[in-house]
Amino acid sequence: MNDTPLLQVEGLSKRFGRIAACDDIGFDLHDGEVLGIVGESGSGKTTLLRCLSALIAPDRGTVRYRMRDGSRRDVFALSEPERRLLMRTDWGFVHQNPRDGLRAHVSAGANVAERLMAVGARHYGEIRERATDWLARVEVDTARIDDAPRTFSGGMQQRVQIARNLVTHPRLVFMDEPTGGLDVSVQARLLDLLRGLTADLGLSAVIVTHDLAVARLLSHRLMVMRGGQVVEAGLTDQVLDDPQHPYTQLLVNSVLQP
Amino acid sequence: MTDPTFPTMIDLAGVSKAFTLHAQGGVRLPVLDRVDFAVRAGECVALVGPSGAGKSTLMRLVYGNYRCTTGSIGIRHDDEVIDLAAASPRTILAIRRRTLGYVSQFLRVVPRVPTLEVVAEPLRMLGVDKAEAVDRARILLARLRVPERMWSLPPATFSGGEQQRVNVARGFAADYPILLLDEPTASLDAANRDTVVALINEARERGAAIVGIFHDAAVREAVATRTFDIEGVRAAA
Ligand SMILES: Nc1ncnc2c1ncn2[C@@H]1O[C@H](COP(=O)(O)OP(=O)(O)OP(=O)(O)O)[C@@H](O)[C@H]1O
Ligand SMILES: [Mg+2]
Repeated sequence: MNDTPLLQVEGLSKRFGRIAACDDIGFDLHDGEVLGIVGESGSGKTTLLRCLSALIAPDRGTVRYRMRDGSRRDVFALSEPERRLLMRTDWGFVHQNPRDGLRAHVSAGANVAERLMAVGARHYGEIRERATDWLARVEVDTARIDDAPRTFSGGMQQRVQIARNLVTHPRLVFMDEPTGGLDVSVQARLLDLLRGLTADLGLSAVIVTHDLAVARLLSHRLMVMRGGQVVEAGLTDQVLDDPQHPYTQLLVNSVLQP
Repeated sequence: MTDPTFPTMIDLAGVSKAFTLHAQGGVRLPVLDRVDFAVRAGECVALVGPSGAGKSTLMRLVYGNYRCTTGSIGIRHDDEVIDLAAASPRTILAIRRRTLGYVSQFLRVVPRVPTLEVVAEPLRMLGVDKAEAVDRARILLARLRVPERMWSLPPATFSGGEQQRVNVARGFAADYPILLLDEPTASLDAANRDTVVALINEARERGAAIVGIFHDAAVREAVATRTFDIEGVRAAA
């Protein structure tokens, strides 16, 4: 295990007009760690995720990433091609709405294959085999590999999105409410899948959710956000079972046994 | 009965715990006051005291599930003593993976994961290969009389006693150097209670340091090498 953090975040701030969406946020993420971010809507979770993954630039602060060659780079100082390469190879981004993470007009198989081709895979048979493999792994009926995702249910679309992200073996995956718009039984299945995949692949992940049960199931560590600030952070079960901050206590007490 | 040359595995010094309930106007609920408590390898210490005195709280502190208000919680891990009160989440998780086993009062079920995998998981996390981990899980489930036809089902729909046996099997799957047991026999029949007693004694004989809460006096008699009375460290309310 590497002792240098994979991701190191310091003093990250982002304002939208007069609203501080993220205010002086810092944390380390190590290999194989899953960090959950919880908090009410509007607390800055998604903005933080978008800053971390270099989708938007913060006003202040740094995000350092340990590249595969061991060098540590400030993600906002990367050149545009470098950043794009990182996003296609080393990082994954699972959006709440699968439509934001999939291409609607191409088949499920092609959606997965596209990521592989972006990292240089050229052999058609091999690409198709790996795409099929991944669709099976996320429990999508492989007989439907040539169908477009828009003909799939929400849960299936979400699984295709996950396959598309994981096929290139990223080291870090950002997820924004990955089980958000799904009904409860579909959610449980997806959660179970995500839990298995992160553990088996030793993935590092940052997962935004407003659902404390999801956070308990998937994350090792938790950050509780409110009004753009982290009010409490720590081991997931500690934060949920022995919350210290008034806001965390309020969150935990307002749900049935998270 | 315990060998004084055996290493101290758990070492609490000056541990206090109070809960602050912010929703109740910030009322402070002191539970434990300056606990000094040490357990060696090969000991099984039964926590005793009335309901609500803080037995489970003490156990959760040792597991790193609750944070102490003051004091230090030394845990021997890989031949090094680490203070849980100051350890990073990453370190606590590593300690739980290899050193600290905990059988809680109730099983927290994960949807869709079959019983056999629930029990084998602690071994899998230690890097034991799947076949071996599953073999061990089978042996434990059989000893605890969980019918084989249930092994492939997730325990979510099991009865209280069945879930508790799955929970016990999971807790004993890996040979943890430290075991924390919160009423492991609570909803079990006599035969299964005897099995759990045997499992606890076997673990102690291989050198585990064990802390348990056992409401059943006969069970306590059968497993404990000494008792620790919570009454003596209970915070004045
Ligand atoms: N997470 C928590 N937040 C607030 N108060 C708590 C929490 N956990 C325990 N307490 C309080 O701490 C006190 C001790 O509880 P604990 O569960 O440790 O008792 P116990 O000795 O295990 O009792 P029993 O024998 O009934 O299981 C109780 O007053 C309980 O309400
Ligand atoms: Mg108790």
